[in-house]
Order: sequence, then structure tokens, then C-alpha cells
Amino acid sequence: MTASLITAVVLAVGLDAGTLEKIARGSQAERQGAISALAAAGDAAAVPLLRATLEGNLYAGSEGPVLIDDRGTLRDALTGAPAAPRDDLEKVVINNRLRRTLERALVVLSLSAPGREERLDALRALQRAPDPDVLPAVESALAKEKDKEVREALITTEAMLALSAPETTRRIAAAQQLRRVPGATSKRLLAQRLAVETDPAVLGALKEANQSVEASLKRAEMVGLLFSGLSLGSVLLLAALGLAVTFGLMGVINMAHGELLMIGAYATWLVQTLFRRYLPGHFGWYLAVAVPASFLAAAAVGALLELTVVRKLYGRPLETLLATFGASLLLMQAVRSAFGAQNVEVANPDWMSGGITVLAGLVLPFNRIAILLFGSFVLLLVWVLLSRTRLGLWVRAVTQNRQRAAGLGVAVPHIDLLAFALGSGIAGLGGCALSQIGNVGPELGQGFIVDSFMVVVLGGVGQLAGTITAAAGLGLANKALEPVAGAVLAKIAVLVFIILFIQRRPQGLFALRGRAADD
Amino acid sequence: MTTMTRRLFSLGANLSWPQWPAPGARLRTLFPRRTWTIVLAGYALLAIVVPVLHLAVPASSALHVSDYAVTLGGKILCYATVALAMDLVWGFAGILSLGHGLFFALGGYAMGMYLMRAIGSDGVYGDPILPDFMVFLDWKKLPWYWHGSEHFFQQALLVVVAPSLLAFVFGWFAFRSRIRGVYFSIITQALTFAFMLLFFRNQTGFGGNNGFTDFKRILGFPLANPRTRVALFALSATWLLIALIGCRLLVRSKFGRVLTAIRDAEDRVRFCGYDPVGFKLFVWTLSAAICGIAGALYVPQVGIINPSEMSPANSVEIAIWVAVGGRGTLLGPILGAALINGAKSWLTVAAPELWLYALGLLFILVTRWLPDGVLGLLKREQK
Repeated sequence: MTASLITAVVLAVGLDAGTLEKIARGSQAERQGAISALAAAGDAAAVPLLRATLEGNLYAGSEGPVLIDDRGTLRDALTGAPAAPRDDLEKVVINNRLRRTLERALVVLSLSAPGREERLDALRALQRAPDPDVLPAVESALAKEKDKEVREALITTEAMLALSAPETTRRIAAAQQLRRVPGATSKRLLAQRLAVETDPAVLGALKEANQSVEASLKRAEMVGLLFSGLSLGSVLLLAALGLAVTFGLMGVINMAHGELLMIGAYATWLVQTLFRRYLPGHFGWYLAVAVPASFLAAAAVGALLELTVVRKLYGRPLETLLATFGASLLLMQAVRSAFGAQNVEVANPDWMSGGITVLAGLVLPFNRIAILLFGSFVLLLVWVLLSRTRLGLWVRAVTQNRQRAAGLGVAVPHIDLLAFALGSGIAGLGGCALSQIGNVGPELGQGFIVDSFMVVVLGGVGQLAGTITAAAGLGLANKALEPVAGAVLAKIAVLVFIILFIQRRPQGLFALRGRAADD
Repeated sequence: MTTMTRRLFSLGANLSWPQWPAPGARLRTLFPRRTWTIVLAGYALLAIVVPVLHLAVPASSALHVSDYAVTLGGKILCYATVALAMDLVWGFAGILSLGHGLFFALGGYAMGMYLMRAIGSDGVYGDPILPDFMVFLDWKKLPWYWHGSEHFFQQALLVVVAPSLLAFVFGWFAFRSRIRGVYFSIITQALTFAFMLLFFRNQTGFGGNNGFTDFKRILGFPLANPRTRVALFALSATWLLIALIGCRLLVRSKFGRVLTAIRDAEDRVRFCGYDPVGFKLFVWTLSAAICGIAGALYVPQVGIINPSEMSPANSVEIAIWVAVGGRGTLLGPILGAALINGAKSWLTVAAPELWLYALGLLFILVTRWLPDGVLGLLKREQK
């Protein structure tokens, strides 16, 4: 409790020595009455006293001033002046009934609090645990309220409370009002009232409202599922896009792909740490630097990998697989030596926390939305690079026929290097995105390697469209199965499905046709 | 009578006696004489000398083989058998499996089930039927697939049947749709990954994270007894020898010739009128069965089995044992497994952070500069 609140007590008008005397030293009935009177008077100045009583910080002797223990300092409950400790002080003990009265009084008082957010918070708390006894207070607050959003919340709260009002018309009105705010609380309140309601007209309204609420909840659930599926899909896509370039186009099995993701994530972490230390004022902008940094870091490591390992093993896929696995072990251990084996903490910029409410009971977090958009952006980037630039043309030419491309003057080794670095850089971008939603540690890549290969293989090698479809499909399937089977079984089911699917269509969803198809 | 002998008989008088295949000649010519000597001497060392040195020589003597060495040796023998099985499919049929750890672990789990039941009421909770982890999970009775697991022979059968059945079904689907090369490898990796996730769940009924441990006895013999340990060690060595001879017989037969042809040019073999599916499926299933038995021998010696044995990284490591030793040589992978695991158990104690660097470098160096492995290097030296 702060000193300013104590000052507020001094200025109190509704709170006088008589009321205080009753609360501190009166009988149970007197205390109940005094507290209710304070609440009814709507005297916001009484809040500190009530809170102190509720939290057990109110002390009184058999006579003399009543004191509040304000974090170690004793102050007079009326004047707020510091007071000396006395021997006869005893904590004012409250029972459960009084506790409820106090809580209710605090809620009622905060309904007329000066701050808009405070009022909204009080209403939200009230909506979570509706208490019919505060209905009159809500009504009087509604009469005085000017703010539009607070009014809305008040109307909803009133409806929730009025569901058990004695007048049938009010109950019907409340049921109709609740239709407009579908949520878990509305559903629960409607069901509770349905069980005890006897009036046929009200019953009808209740049933109608209940159905409508349930339908909207179902809709919200579906949209939520769709969103989380697409969100997982975008994560998978980001993890797999780089692989779609290196494995899909170039046919290089890069088992160190997961570690390139990890390097992107660590680059993001480094940039974030530097920003925090040197540019704390611009912390919200660190991603603007981290995105290119993660691309470059992963691309550089990828280029090194191509030059030292992959280049020497073209045309020997199984050897490439083993050698790049070795590279992945090296990278993982190198990161462990440099930054420690523990996870590092990557903080989201402020604008990414929170979310938007699309439907009642459905909040879409900003960081997930950002990843979805970022995934689309990277996808667009890859598509433009591959189909609209000279580099893309060369990459596709080398993919389709190495010898002929070389014969036509394409610098094949050069293109290999660039394409591999590009694929690695894209993996780095994926890592940057992953750092915003998950843990960043040396083993980050391990969790994604199987998934990303599955996405590329399922989508069909060399097909961006296939990669997108597979990523979105796997994300949706995973999330759709999760409520039925649990996360682990859902993942297993998806893996088994892929294994079976590949048996049916070894070329993946989008098979290459014509000349490019012969291996 | 084989085709070969029948043909020789029909040639009749043109052939002189010494060229006729005498009984056991196939076995004798299986390896060059010097290799045979090395193999048999190695086996005698492992199956006879090590047990004697462990049991009969007092611990104070320099010749004594310690408990630790016997356990480590037994572990490496099991790994070597897995490497051998891996070489059979990778070196001779060109199938790189990244999921052989799964077959090994399945065999281990099948044996582990028996060992868990054999604990009886000596467990922490003292339940005569339920293993400790089930009591901990508050299960009231055994799940149906644990039925009869107290019988050693049923579980011993399962050690072979579970991995082979899985390999057969998986292989049947995969080979029939002509999935090969890298695709096959990636799918086997996904398979073992899926099984790892499955076995990590407590509800699967195989002890979840912790797997099986705290074994007490096998067929009534206490596992803590040095004699039991030595017997298991010698058994592992014997199984390795049998598997080695069996695999060598197989790859030297006509069947093996077709297999090698499939490895080198599968399409041409198909055009010659052979169906590669049967050949690949047989050798793939056989390899899984060998791994399963190796896993079953591994568990009582090491005293624990848990789902981390199924992690994709473990299975890739098997491939590097084979690559280091020398693909397609059968003996090389055994050497490779021994070398790498020996180095691993030394280095993870001496300098734990260096081990992954060493292993990672090994992967790169061997694939780039040592395509025929250590054995290939030795052969080149000889020439």
C-alpha cells in the first residue's frame, strides 16, 4: 500500500471515526453494516482501509486510534500520520462471511474508481465470478458511466447478474443480452439458470440464448483451431523452406539443416543482447537488425559447409547425409562451447506481446500473427528469387540438368555455392522466427530436422507449392488431432500417415512430370 | 545338393578328386586362412580367456579383467553385432537405414519385459506381479500385451518376432513402392523418431522416460553375480560369431551376388528378370532380427533400456561405425564399432566436451577421405 493511498484516507468524507470504530471494534453485525454502508456510499476513499482489513493489516487496541500496518510502518487509519507501536495492539480478525462482504465492497467501490482501466479490471473480475448481490451497484454505475467500452462491460455484467433477478422480464432481457457475449462464463450461467428456471417464457429465451452461445463458442473453437494449425504450419514452413531449396532443388541431404535454424536463432539472441546493452531505447527495433543478421550468419555457415563438405560429395547422397550429420554435431558442440549448454532467453519486442480478440473467447497472439506474416514474406522472397531473378533461373537450370547447364555457360560450382548459402540463410530466417515463440538452445535444431524433412518429402521434391501445402496440411492435421489424441499421439499419427502416404506416392504431393522426373 | 555340385558331378571324369568340395569346405573357404585364424583367435580370447581372467584371476593381479571391462566389452560386442547387421543391408544391399537403433531397442524392450517380471516381489513396491513403474502409475493389472511376459521363452521369441515383424511390414510397403536411397533413410529416421515419442509416453506401458531398470535376475541367475555376467559376455561373443558366419555365408552365396547387383544397379537387375523386393525384404528383415537379439543381450548386461536408444542420432551413429570400419566387409564394421565405442567410453570420461567434436569430425573425415574405412586402409597398405 502506497503512501498516496494513505493520504486519500485522510481526505475521506464518507469514512468517519464512527464507521472506523464499528469496523475495528464493533460486533460482527455492526462491522457488516458499516462495510456495506461504505460500499453503498460509493466512497472510493475507503478502499485502502477495506483492503488493509481484508489483508489483515488493520490493528486496534481496546481503545485509542486504529492503525494500519503500511509495509512495516504503522499509520493512523484516519489521518495517515505515522504512529508509534503500542503494546495492546491486536490484529483485527475477520471471518469468512466478513471477508466476502469486504471483497464485494471492494468490487463495488472499484466500479466507481477514477481510472478507466481500474473499472474495466473490476468488471472483468466480476464477470469471472458473478455475484448477484452487487447488481444494484452495477445498475447505479451504469447510470453514471460515460465511457463506451466500460458501458458495454457494465451491460454484460448486469445481464450476467440479472439472470437470477426476481422479475421475469429482466431475466428474459438478461438472457437475450448474454447471447451477444458468447463465452465460457455466459455458457455456465445460462446452464445454471436453465436447471432451476420454471417460467416457460424465460425458459424459451434461455434455451435460445444457450444454443446461440454454444454455436458461437463452437465457431470460435474452429477458428482457433484453424489459426493454431496455420500457425504451426507457418513454423514448419519456415523450418522447411531452406531445406526445400537445398534438398528439394539441389538434392543435397543436409542433416545440419536444424543447426542452421539454431544459428539463426542464436544470431537473433546476440543482436537482442547487444541492443539491450547499447541501445536499450530502441529495443523494440532489434528484430529489424536481427532478421538480416540471422540470414547472413546462417548463410555464411552454410557457404562454409558447402565449400568444405558438400561440394566434395555431390552425387553421393548417402555420404553427404553422414558428413553433414557430422557437421551438425560439430556446430551443436561449438555453440555449446561458446554460449553454454543452457537455453538462452530471447525476449519478444513489446509490440509482439498481447493479441487481438477476434471473437469472444478467442485471442490471437501477436507473435503468432507476426510469424504467419513473416512466413508468407519469406515464401514470397524465395518465390521471387527463384522464378524472377537470374540466380533463380540458373539454380533451376542446374537442378534440371547439370551438364547441359554447364555447357550453356552457367558457372555450376558458383551456383551451387550461392544456392546452398541461400537455402541456409532462409533456414537462418526460420531460426529467427522460432526464437520468438520457443526456447533457444543448442538442441533447437534437433527437434525440427525430422519435421522439416517430412514437409519437403511429403510436398514433393523441388516443388515450392508442395512444400507450402505440406507444411499447412501437417500443421492443421497436427492441431486437429491434438484435442482427440493428445500432442504426442497426434505427432505419431501424422508421422505414420506420412510414412504410409509416401508408400502410395513416392514422389510426394506434387510430383514432377516429364523429363525432370527421371532420376 | 547345390546347383554347383550337381554341375560338377555331371562333368564327371574330367574332374580330379581334390577339386571336389569336401564336407565343410564352404565354411573353410569362407574367409582366407589368415582371417579365419584372426576371427577364431579373437573369439577364443573373448569367449574363453576373458571369462577365465575375470573369474579365476584375483582382483589384485594385473591380468584380472574388471567388472567394468566385462560390462563395457559386452556392450561393445552387442554394438558390433548391430554394426554387422547394418553392414549387411547397407554394404551389400545399398539400403542405408537410419532406424536400426529401433530394432535393437525393440529386442531390448522384449527382453526387458521378461527381466522386469523376473524381479518378482523384490521391487521397491514389492508387488509380485506388477513392475514398479506400473505400481507408481497406480495401474491395477498388467496391460494385455504384457500377458505371459514372465515366460522367458515367449519373450525370447518376441525378441526376434517384434523387430522382424516391424521390419517386414515396413519394408514390404517401402520396397514395393520402390522407395530407395535417401528417401528410405529419411523415412526410417521418421519411424524410429515416432517410436521414440511413443515409448516416451507413460501410458504406452513401457516405463516412459525411465524405461526398464533395476533388474535382479535372468532365468534364476542373479545378474550381479560375476558368473552370470561372464556368461552373458561369452554369449554375446558367440552371437556375434554366428551372425558373422551367417552373414558371410549369405553374401557369398548366389543370393548375395544378386543382392550386390541390386546395390549397384537395381534397375538392371529388374530388367534381368529378378524381383528385387523379395531379396531386399529378406535381408532387411534378417538384419532387424540380428539387431533384436543383440539388443536382448545388451539389456541384461547394461542393466537399463530406455527410449533414448531409439533417438535418431543413435541410429546415425551406427552408420558411422560401419563407415569407419569399412562398408561391405562385414569384419570392418565390427572393428569400427569396437574402435569408436572404445574411444567414446574413454573420451567421455577424459574430456566430455571433446567427444562430440571428435565424432563430428570423424563423420566428415571418413566420408571424405576414407571411403573404404579402416579395413580398406589396411588392405591398401598391404598392397
